[in-house]
Amino acid sequence: MNGSGFDFNRRRFLGAAAAAAGVTLAPGVTLYGVGQAQARGLDEPASGEVRWGMLIDINQCTTDCTECVSACATENGLTGHGRPATDAQWIRKVSVRDPKNGVEKSLPVMCQHCAEPPCVDVCPTGASFRRADGIVLVDKHICIGCRYCMMACPYKARSFVHEDLTDQKPHAPRGKGTVESCTFCVHRVDAGGKPACVEACGATGHGAMTFGDLNDPDSEISRRVAQYATGQIRADLGVDPGVRYQNL
Amino acid sequence: MRILVFILAMMFLPSLAAAQETGGVPSPSITKGKGEQCVADTDYMRRYHMKELSHQRDETMHEGVRTKQFSLKECIACHATTDDSGQPVPINAPGEFCASCHEYTAVKVDCFQCHATKPEQKKQAQASALFPMTALAEPEVSQ
Repeated sequence: MNGSGFDFNRRRFLGAAAAAAGVTLAPGVTLYGVGQAQARGLDEPASGEVRWGMLIDINQCTTDCTECVSACATENGLTGHGRPATDAQWIRKVSVRDPKNGVEKSLPVMCQHCAEPPCVDVCPTGASFRRADGIVLVDKHICIGCRYCMMACPYKARSFVHEDLTDQKPHAPRGKGTVESCTFCVHRVDAGGKPACVEACGATGHGAMTFGDLNDPDSEISRRVAQYATGQIRADLGVDPGVRYQNL
Repeated sequence: MRILVFILAMMFLPSLAAAQETGGVPSPSITKGKGEQCVADTDYMRRYHMKELSHQRDETMHEGVRTKQFSLKECIACHATTDDSGQPVPINAPGEFCASCHEYTAVKVDCFQCHATKPEQKKQAQASALFPMTALAEPEVSQ
């Protein structure tokens, strides 16, 4: 009990320190920034000047590694019922094979956080929306579970929750009858962190995933996008995904 | 006559046992939160907590504003109790903070179909072992 009391105070202290830093420091100067990520003040809304994006280097991604998938499940409390057809899946590994030479590659695919998201276009209630900083989310308070967005998504990125849930993560509310998908770990991003999959990929040493602000020319992701030839999946659809792939 | 008194007594006994008797009016027994006082006056919170939560919910969801004053996550962190073995009790369990009033007033609360009913546990220990920087950043996050 004493331990948790101390913990609580420490959290409050850190929160206050972060809030003060957000107010007093100039934009771009961060107290607890991780890598290229910028932390906003708690009361600051997401900025339209930022476009969060991800770059995935497929040459660094191995076929047998599923660390990103399991990190996502742990972070967001995604538990399955052993029914792969309907269990929630925010990120998955996809294998592609060139039939001419048999070369096989494996890559993670999740919500591509499109600039022109088809899921938002078709949503009848406005539950599916794109945040100012480019993160595409579902407001489950107004989602009616019609699943039009699931059909509209060219990347098969969204899942529907079919069954009652308990023990959700406090930062990732999920409930029966609503559609959900990758949030770019928006709770971490808002705190200046990176998505769980990116961290897990880095921890394995593969470092295939880079997360950052595509609008900031000095960010690692922008420098890589400028330096290497990168592409988007189904770029021909014109939805301008925020997730880019290298060596695909 | 004696039978009637007995029946009436049996009808009222359970409700008296469940609620505190204050000036002849039964009222719900509300568990106290941690700390000295709530994020706003008790009278204000009693009347307007749903409006504040709803307002905060839209700001957090759509704009990413994560102030803590009216964050549901913070409400739960402060008002949740632990059982004898130190495990947190769901805030919507009978007699717990949310449930005690909402059962009394017969107002159904839908928050917990999606939202966690217990404060986050052990997260910090796990996170700091794997991702030291995130462990620092984590406490600032509010729902």
